[in-house]
Amino acid sequence: MSISAPLTSDFDLELKLLVDAIYVKFHYDFRGYAQASLKRRIASALLHFGCASVSQLQDRLLREPQVFPQLLDFLTVQVSSMFRDPAYYAALRRRVVPLLRTYPSLKLWVAGCSAGEEVYSLAIMLREEGLLERTIIYATDINSQALERAGAGVYPQDRIADFSENYVAAGGRGSLSDYYTAAYGNAIFDKSLRRNVVFSDHSLATDSVFAEVHLVSCRNVLIYFNRVLQERALGLFHDALCRKGFLGIGSKESIRFSAHANDFSEVSAEQRIYQKQLANV
Amino acid sequence: MFSLARIPARIDAIVLGASAGGAEALGVLLAGLPAHTVASLFVVLHLPRNRPSLLVEIFAKRCALKLREAQDKEPVAAGTVYFAPPDYHMLIDDGPSIALSVDDPVCFSRPAIDPLFESAAAVYRDRLLGIILTGANEDGAAGLRAVHDAGGLAIVQDIASAKSSYMPAAAKRSVPAAAELTLEEVRNLLQTLKTEVTA
Repeated sequence: MSISAPLTSDFDLELKLLVDAIYVKFHYDFRGYAQASLKRRIASALLHFGCASVSQLQDRLLREPQVFPQLLDFLTVQVSSMFRDPAYYAALRRRVVPLLRTYPSLKLWVAGCSAGEEVYSLAIMLREEGLLERTIIYATDINSQALERAGAGVYPQDRIADFSENYVAAGGRGSLSDYYTAAYGNAIFDKSLRRNVVFSDHSLATDSVFAEVHLVSCRNVLIYFNRVLQERALGLFHDALCRKGFLGIGSKESIRFSAHANDFSEVSAEQRIYQKQLANV
Repeated sequence: MFSLARIPARIDAIVLGASAGGAEALGVLLAGLPAHTVASLFVVLHLPRNRPSLLVEIFAKRCALKLREAQDKEPVAAGTVYFAPPDYHMLIDDGPSIALSVDDPVCFSRPAIDPLFESAAAVYRDRLLGIILTGANEDGAAGLRAVHDAGGLAIVQDIASAKSSYMPAAAKRSVPAAAELTLEEVRNLLQTLKTEVTA
């Protein structure tokens, strides 16, 4: 399959109209998404829906109720791995967990949790550190179908080898198989891992802060935002974090080019783990 | 026969895609770049996903330009070579700036050549040079088409002498008008590019 994003400015114009239509009709705001990736995702949606143009897709979007949920998957879902970038989790264990341990109760926010791989990874790490029982994890996403998948905690068995390898590299204390049951080609993760997980619909583009948290983990979400929306999201994280709270982002993301660069100090520069700075007043 | 007369007056960016045998070919091109090159270069070399890339370290001693592993939202600088990091696609966004993505692999690869070439074509249009080097899959064929369609210059490595001919051959089928040049000819071509910004 080849996804060739058409180059004409007509495509750009139609894309803008589509994004506006989605906002007005469905209240999902993609206006601040990075253009390059959005174009590719729309181009692949055109192939899927068999539409020759974005306008054609818009026509179906407005008239056929089943189109939007499918399109939302094209625009939002990403397949991640459990313990993706194992060194990130190893750094959290080494540098962040010892400080989290000093709090009597903990709140974490996994922003843009998609199908939940990162949520279960953090829950397993916290269980092994003896912290899970005193932690509430807010797992948020704009895609309610993804949230349902995350809440189910069921992943195809063929992804488990990759997850297990990462788990070990991330400093896992046991075996990943301690946390799931295999059945019918799937791995079903232990539901006690999500006893204290609140899965909730939340948009970094339009919603506000809902709780004070000790750690925000938001990995490979900001890369899909343009600068303005990235600033908004980082502002939310800053406001949500308690004094000296922690922020973890994707390993190739950076707050260096952001106006919030000075609001955080580096805990692990390489693993993109930051700590909220006190305001310079 | 390829003629220098066909080179657009102004090239602001060069996108390079390579796979099997690509490190060696890239070495030849990067070592040949003059220090006064003003174009920005973006390189996708198919890499194993789970290991850090050593490309910057490998080429640093042999290249006169600044070399960087691309970071998301990084503004594009002139005279700089950007490598796509392992397990991320590298795209060019308005600005121009770099945008990374973890979207699905293309032709089984992430990073892949097509997303870079297609997004760069949309931003740089006829100020872009696209080069497909040695490799053993079809990645880059659609991307080079996009470069050509946007008015950019499309080049494939000489199919007979490429270490692995599949990728340049697929790109040539996709863009029959693409110039087919030996590695040495590509190197010479890059050396003749304009050295000042003609804004």
